Amino acid sequence: MSIRLEHIEKHFGRSQALSPTDLDIANGELIGLLGPSGSGKTTLLRIIAGLETPDANPRTRILFGERDVTRVHVRDRRIGFVFQHYALFRHMSVFDNVAFGLTVLPRRERPSSGEIRTRVLRLLEMVQLSHLANRYPAQLSGGQQQRVSLARALALKPEVLLLDEPFGALDAKVRQELRRWLRHLHDELGFTSVFVTHDQEEALELSDRVVVMSNGRIEQIDTPEALYRSPANRFVFEFLGDVNLLEGEVRDGVLTCGDAQLKADLPEGRQELLLRPHEIELATTPDESSHLPATVTAVVPVGAEVRVELSADWMNEPWLASVRHEQASQLTLARGSRVYARALTWHHYPAPSASVQPSLAASY
Amino acid sequence: MKALSLPGSLSARRRVLPGFGLSLGISLTFVSLVLLLPLTGLVGQLKGLSLAEYWYIISDPRVVASYLTTIGGAAVASLINAVFGLLLAWVLVRYEFPGKRLLDALMDLPFALPTAVAGITLATLYSSNGWMGKLLEPLGWQVSYTWLGIALAMAFTSIPFVVRTVQPVLEDLPGEVDEAAMSLGARDSVAFRRVILPHLWPALVTGTGLAFVRSLGEFGAVIFIAGNQPYETEITSLMIFVKLQEYDYVGASAIASVVLASSLLLLLAINIWQGRFIRRLHGGHG
Repeated sequence: MSIRLEHIEKHFGRSQALSPTDLDIANGELIGLLGPSGSGKTTLLRIIAGLETPDANPRTRILFGERDVTRVHVRDRRIGFVFQHYALFRHMSVFDNVAFGLTVLPRRERPSSGEIRTRVLRLLEMVQLSHLANRYPAQLSGGQQQRVSLARALALKPEVLLLDEPFGALDAKVRQELRRWLRHLHDELGFTSVFVTHDQEEALELSDRVVVMSNGRIEQIDTPEALYRSPANRFVFEFLGDVNLLEGEVRDGVLTCGDAQLKADLPEGRQELLLRPHEIELATTPDESSHLPATVTAVVPVGAEVRVELSADWMNEPWLASVRHEQASQLTLARGSRVYARALTWHHYPAPSASVQPSLAASY
Repeated sequence: MKALSLPGSLSARRRVLPGFGLSLGISLTFVSLVLLLPLTGLVGQLKGLSLAEYWYIISDPRVVASYLTTIGGAAVASLINAVFGLLLAWVLVRYEFPGKRLLDALMDLPFALPTAVAGITLATLYSSNGWMGKLLEPLGWQVSYTWLGIALAMAFTSIPFVVRTVQPVLEDLPGEVDEAAMSLGARDSVAFRRVILPHLWPALVTGTGLAFVRSLGEFGAVIFIAGNQPYETEITSLMIFVKLQEYDYVGASAIASVVLASSLLLLLAINIWQGRFIRRLHGGHG
């Protein structure tokens, strides 16, 4: 079922949690709401669910398909909601937890107890927990509990599934596994899902489209690929991965900062450049376009590449470069080695609005 | 040198946490002095009695009538407290409102107030020319000098037991659980009955049980409002007091032993029952 949000705004007391927001979600999409804490992503999700009411405004509308649910109570919205900390009913067995939604249906809509049993067992099979039907939540691991809570949310066959940081409380390996599994479930059952996360990797891996939020505003809505390739602004760029910062004075097409120099075709004056770790190459000599001397402070081999931490007087904060293993051994990188960084490419965003990243806007 | 042959793991493993022997020793000494010694003294008083004599004292019709009055009053009081204590705890945990801290502090007042003061206040309030009495008596509600007054006084002194046992458990129950129930389509009443109440049940039963036991032994708050009519509105504590005034220490001890035994049994039952319930919540096979 498609979801349409129009002019959603929310204040908590005097502070604004959400500026007026519009969002269109297509039928069957898997949408990730991504942002740092306090960006309004959870508030937006809870408003879609009906667990929070948006500020009263005649233009505010929430549509599920053709159905206007703006003033519909959460219990009548027919959504499935998954909580970060599972929110299972601790005094009920796994079976009773999953059956809950079916057993509280009004008598004339309620399936017979035999049918409830079949449906619950099928759901438990789907989340691979049939063998634990008679256990209590406290006897399960975190990953198992979250799967129970998913089965519980799916018991009423909702067309909209909302997940609030569903994997946030789990360890890395279980999280990875559940992510893949949720994607699979989503494709198989065809519901529309919206999930909240502060983990950019999770958002990029799982979503059809990612909604990046900060300070109660939507910064960008795009497919993971488009998002990573062309971030709309500096906030999105910085939030989606590690960033190295080079700030200096530009004169005659050369940016200078202490003994660092980089050819940059930018307007005269103070400018900031951003580089991803993989956009930096390390060498023993400078080249004609960049002169960026640095000292290696750490060498960490992770997976397919080696992460190298660099420091120098002209840096605000240490840089991070990722180089291939062969290159690392060729250069005999070690703590204390002197190297030259070469910029393969760089990014430049017009001066950020002070509200986005005040800490980085400070000059030195 | 031979090792101490304490059974089990006590001696076998060295404890990391220091001070076990000392703290346990002091605790046991304290419990013995403050709790067990007086209790033993009480039971010791009874040693001169034969079983028949003992039975004769405790089954005296006037005393039996006092048992019924006390138990009836305590039962009504704890039922009232179960309902209103739960409501108060709910209000104190789930909502924010001006004066919440004050109301919270007020909950402990019955503990802090001398029970005699409470008794006199209630008696004045509900006597025929007191504020409440003036309102209620024309309607045919006689509170002072009836079992209703007894129940009221007992409810007053024991309400903190319910509030203070339910409150932390309710605080521990995340609001998300209500929300989960609602998102699954449960009406408020259904969510309360099937999700919240089962969670609070052990604490509520414990709190009500404690309130009941406390009410069984209440003296000061009750005697002023009870009227103390033999066979009608005499409570068991008063019977003990009467015996003491007649210098009948043995008789007083005999009646006291009945109150003591029933209180202990009740507390034990609550503890066992609660333990079983809690094991299930925390992952044992319940």
